[in-house]
Amino acid sequence: MAVCIQEKPFDVSAEISNFGTKVESSGAIVTFTGIVRNDSGALDHMIIEHYPAMTQIALQKFTELAIDRFELEDALVIHRHGTLKPKEIIMMIATAAPHRQDAFAGAQFLMDCLKSRAPFWKKEISEGLGKWVEPRAKDEFELGSWVDNFNSRMG
Amino acid sequence: MQIEILYFAWVRERVGRSKETIETDALTVAQLVDQLISRDPAYGVAFKDLSQIKVAVDQELSDFTTPLINVCEVAFFPPMTGG
Repeated sequence: MAVCIQEKPFDVSAEISNFGTKVESSGAIVTFTGIVRNDSGALDHMIIEHYPAMTQIALQKFTELAIDRFELEDALVIHRHGTLKPKEIIMMIATAAPHRQDAFAGAQFLMDCLKSRAPFWKKEISEGLGKWVEPRAKDEFELGSWVDNFNSRMG
Repeated sequence: MQIEILYFAWVRERVGRSKETIETDALTVAQLVDQLISRDPAYGVAFKDLSQIKVAVDQELSDFTTPLINVCEVAFFPPMTGG
């Protein structure tokens, strides 16, 4: 298991390849990559702020939960902070499991946790004006479907 | 007791600082917020709608009823937007 919170860009292909070489008993690897969107076409850059002392603890907890719940062989989370331009990669996760269902479900669970419970905040800067990204109700709803099972452990 | 308070994202911007250490007798997070609001109008603006603010006590996601016994650090921030 690895959780990396970093400012510098990373190579998704190299990370997936490295993750795959360490997997021994899994028949499935699922990966997700998050990219800076530019829906309006006017986005200059995004600033991602986080709470360093809490971020590492929270991400490790979510990853351990995912491994435990979905019987993953391994999981990887990389999440950037700082200033990012449109189309830059924000984050990635990878999950490895004997069968694809658990690898997909583990990845979905990890993403739902990251969206609504990991202490990151995004600010979009367009034409010199900053706007904090607001959470979507859908994200909280999707997390809720897992929380039914984990209510006492999610924090 | 002394508590370090951290602010993130728009809470930080509205309070006008990222952290501070304060002396407090507050028994809960809610009482700590009341103490802050009584100090400066900027806190009143930042904490106007508590439904939009999340709390972490010693890096653990908590709420406004959480007791502050032997607590070192309290953080206030908007709902998270990771991923």
